Amino acid sequence: MRYRLYRAVLATSAALFAIAPASATDLEVTHWWTSGGEAAAVAEFAKAFDATGNKWVDGAIAGGGNTARPVMISRITGGDPMAATQFNHGRQAEELVEAGLMRDLTDLATKEKWAEIVRPKSLLDGCTLDGKIYCAPINIHSWQWLWLSNKAFADAGVPVPKNWDEFVAAAPALEKAGKIPLAIGGQPWQNSGAFNVLIPAIAGKDVFLKVYQDKDATVAAGPEMAKVFKAADDARKMAAKSNIQDWNQATNLVITGQAGGQIMGDWAQGEFQVAGQVAGKDYTCLPGLGVNELISTDGDAFYFPKLEDEEKSKAQEVLASTMLNPQVQVAFNLKKGSVPVRGDVDLAAANDCMKKGLDILAKGNVIPAVNQLNTEDTNNQLNDLFVEFFKTPSLTPEEAQKRYVAIIEAAD
Amino acid sequence: MSMSESTAARRPGQLFRNLNAKIASIPMILTALVIFVGGTLWTVLYSFTNSKLLPRLNFVGLDQYERLWSAPRWLTSIENLITYGVLSLIFSLTIGFLLAALLDQKIRFENAFRTIFLYPFALSFIVTGLVWQWILNPDFGVQHIVRSLGWESFVFNPLYDQDIVIYGILIAGLWQGTGLVMCLMLAGLRGIDEDIWKAARVDGIPMWKTYLFIVIPMMRPVFITTLVIIASGIVRLYDLVVAQTSGGPGHASEVPAKYVYDYMFAAQNLGQGFAASTMMLVTVGIIIVPWAYLEFGRRR
Repeated sequence: MRYRLYRAVLATSAALFAIAPASATDLEVTHWWTSGGEAAAVAEFAKAFDATGNKWVDGAIAGGGNTARPVMISRITGGDPMAATQFNHGRQAEELVEAGLMRDLTDLATKEKWAEIVRPKSLLDGCTLDGKIYCAPINIHSWQWLWLSNKAFADAGVPVPKNWDEFVAAAPALEKAGKIPLAIGGQPWQNSGAFNVLIPAIAGKDVFLKVYQDKDATVAAGPEMAKVFKAADDARKMAAKSNIQDWNQATNLVITGQAGGQIMGDWAQGEFQVAGQVAGKDYTCLPGLGVNELISTDGDAFYFPKLEDEEKSKAQEVLASTMLNPQVQVAFNLKKGSVPVRGDVDLAAANDCMKKGLDILAKGNVIPAVNQLNTEDTNNQLNDLFVEFFKTPSLTPEEAQKRYVAIIEAAD
Repeated sequence: MSMSESTAARRPGQLFRNLNAKIASIPMILTALVIFVGGTLWTVLYSFTNSKLLPRLNFVGLDQYERLWSAPRWLTSIENLITYGVLSLIFSLTIGFLLAALLDQKIRFENAFRTIFLYPFALSFIVTGLVWQWILNPDFGVQHIVRSLGWESFVFNPLYDQDIVIYGILIAGLWQGTGLVMCLMLAGLRGIDEDIWKAARVDGIPMWKTYLFIVIPMMRPVFITTLVIIASGIVRLYDLVVAQTSGGPGHASEVPAKYVYDYMFAAQNLGQGFAASTMMLVTVGIIIVPWAYLEFGRRR
């Protein structure tokens, strides 16, 4: 009996092996897109890739980038690479590329003329090392958005603010109506993210670049940044009552009208969409917090680790080219709430907020992403500082600024 | 002369005596040497470098340690570990021993009680953490229940209060670990000869005095085993914090092991993580070495 079972198993596996070369190549793709809007977007990629005759094996890692990236990196450095993996634009995968663990995509990029279609140009620069291209940028996200719940403001009996100062002024009315004025989750990156959004909005583009690009400690210690810390102090008072962890829970507070607003990247838009909300009617978006209409070119890119298997290597190219296909770009980005990396696609279906973003992008009012300027080490130190700042009322803005300056001084 | 000759002749014999057992333990010896000792030395060595995502030998002296000891988050972590460690040691030993002593009174349904008390130990720290996260959540847990019973102003939200969050974690840790301590203690109590109890009773010594001055000193080996188990649990405290608070609010519940993980992997700064883990090793060393000296040195 056991013998027969054993033989049956052997026979089936032999049959499977016999079929395998003729059928699809399975590619495991890892990413950290697990919220409603994100999962809907990634399903578009999977659908398009499956249509090429290959198979997308989904390797979603829950818990956000900070949880997922260590898993991805240890798999790549540990000799068990996946076929493709998401990282944010910037310096997150820098050392993996330098160590020769990532695949060179230059041939494919030249063939498909990525240099011409990808805009802004800085996105492809982020993927380039020594003239070779190592990743496929797939979307543009920007951090600099304030999402406001029209319902919350109606309940509080105040008009929906048009900029940050009006929002701060409306906070007492919101609190009186039993609302949390500003929703910020407990995840450290949300706290430092909100602060990094306040810099260009309050102090302007030059200060932002001086601090993060040039790592200029005198500017970081200066009066312009002191104003930003003052604004962050306002923000933390407004966020004092938000007892939530994940960013999409915070967005959900805005969607349901329990919170006045949230400072979050435009990926939050995917959540509004899944909840069936309409921009302008149910919620309002203020790029650059309504003060300085600047947006950053954050976003996601896919990296393809070097693989031994030739079939899979070929399929990697198919996947990269699928991701940049015009139709796929539109389908994916509409669901994700981000902007396509190609300038030559039709975005008639985009909603009001997305159109605002496209406008600003077309005008060239862009700033580099913090991820492109800072190493993960520096970002983590900023996370540590701001999660403490936002949750510890006794930490004064002056004291926090001193510690901030020390981090900028030590950064590379 | 003949004396030294005979020892020289016996020595190779001693090496090869019980050969099977020695060969069988070679893999474990190698594992211990290469993975534990080797890995530790490697970690200490690289803690003096500026390794980022990948290890590289670019020495920077004590830079990583200077940064570590000036990081407010690390200082909070150490403080938390001390608070959690001391309290968890005291409470799990006291509660564990008390429960064991109560169970030892030849009560009915002893097996059932033992199972109930030991059950939490079967859960992982992650599950324990999640369960207690819900119980201590002000909107769903204890606070909500008491308030809905009519006491409207009742406040109990340790996980959202920076000053007491570590006690919220301590509660969950004790709930999970005390059952095991109780079982170890109970085994120890059962190992005490019945005659000793009889003798104490004949002498008219009250029960609490018998426990305190006769039974507990006799249970010394059990206490040491328990101490080692609890202490190792304290140093590697990580998953409970991740599940309950993720180190929040702010940094208030950060612990050293989490600092090590975050800097090694999330921040892509191996050097900093190695420096932190070396400091953890040093701390353990500071506690273990004098104790081992007292414990084993004395017998010589």
